[in-house]
Amino acid sequence: MSWPLYEVFVRGKRGLNHVHVGSLHAPDAETALHNARDLYTRRNEGVSIWVVRSADITASSPDEKDAFFDPSADKVYRHPTFYSIPDDVPHI
Amino acid sequence: MSSFDEIIAADQRVEPRDEMPEGYRKTMVRQIAQHAHSEIIGMQPEGYWITRAPSLRRKAILLAKVQDEAGHGLYLYAAAETLGVDRADLTERLITGRQKYSSIFNYPTLGYADVGVIGWLVDGAAICNQVPLCRSSFGPYARAMIRICKEESFHQRQGYELLMTMMRGTDAQREMVQDAVDRWWWPSLMMFGPPDANSPNTAQSMAWKIKRHTNDELRQKFVDMTVPQAEKLGVTLPDPELRWNPERGHYDFGEPDWDELKRVISGDGPCNAERLERRRRAHEDGAWVREAALAHARKHAREKEAAR
Repeated sequence: MSWPLYEVFVRGKRGLNHVHVGSLHAPDAETALHNARDLYTRRNEGVSIWVVRSADITASSPDEKDAFFDPSADKVYRHPTFYSIPDDVPHI
Repeated sequence: MSSFDEIIAADQRVEPRDEMPEGYRKTMVRQIAQHAHSEIIGMQPEGYWITRAPSLRRKAILLAKVQDEAGHGLYLYAAAETLGVDRADLTERLITGRQKYSSIFNYPTLGYADVGVIGWLVDGAAICNQVPLCRSSFGPYARAMIRICKEESFHQRQGYELLMTMMRGTDAQREMVQDAVDRWWWPSLMMFGPPDANSPNTAQSMAWKIKRHTNDELRQKFVDMTVPQAEKLGVTLPDPELRWNPERGHYDFGEPDWDELKRVISGDGPCNAERLERRRRAHEDGAWVREAALAHARKHAREKEAAR
């Protein structure tokens, strides 16, 4: 009988996304939040924390990485560098 | 970029769900777990001085430092768990002596100056070891090491500052510092592990880019770094063979007592039994808290469910 695992995400400062920093065990989400504060923000590393049960995360599989991301690999026209514009056209 | 070998060759990071050789996985679990255990056991020698530190300021600093060690242990256990091992199982392996921790924490802290010397020498040696691990090939380990290294710098500086303060004090205080240096110098050199010729795992770990430098390279780096710091502090390092070698561009130094290292690693150091017993007792004494917290969480989850 052990405490479930939670993944911890910290917003470093206003204007930034929450970023995954690690995980910890806790009996419930509320305690996970307090423990995450003590563990991952001892030196003002954050202004906001999310915790989520690790078991609740659905992740893409590395085995399917190629098939999963292939559809975007051949769409070069999605990138600005695909389009050639004469050098003398300003601000583009 | 897919196979393990390609990832290693390209100096990319291996992530937990990637395919990896069984030997790599086992080595990573063992190394990260032993590193985590070292941080947790490492709380004891200094924790002993929290109530005995001479001022509120020094108590607060030491408390923060020991809290960091706990944090480092937890970052590392979390990294080990990404490989599918169970945290409770790792704790069990530590307290039953099936997994080891750094030999350095099996030496006693006999005086308050030991706190300073641990910060300066032991954490200094740890930094030498750990900075290259920030580029270790296993992603979760490398990321944990980056966090840890940022915090270790505080540890080393607080130790050196403590010693500078004592060296400006009375003769008795200076003697305490020298005595602590005399006792911790050789065990600190042993922290880098056996000499390369007797380190059978080094070649494989370097090939897998888990390790970036050999034990002897890191030990030399530590000696070169520390000698000028000792001179500034005004203490003598207890090694008659220690001298600058202009041809090598490094300090020469004497051979640590490798038999002593073997004895301490195999359980026969001055404090091995005491450290493990204390950890075991803390784990067992805390069992009711872990159980009560879980029972409380379950009860509230049921109540929430019923209120829907």
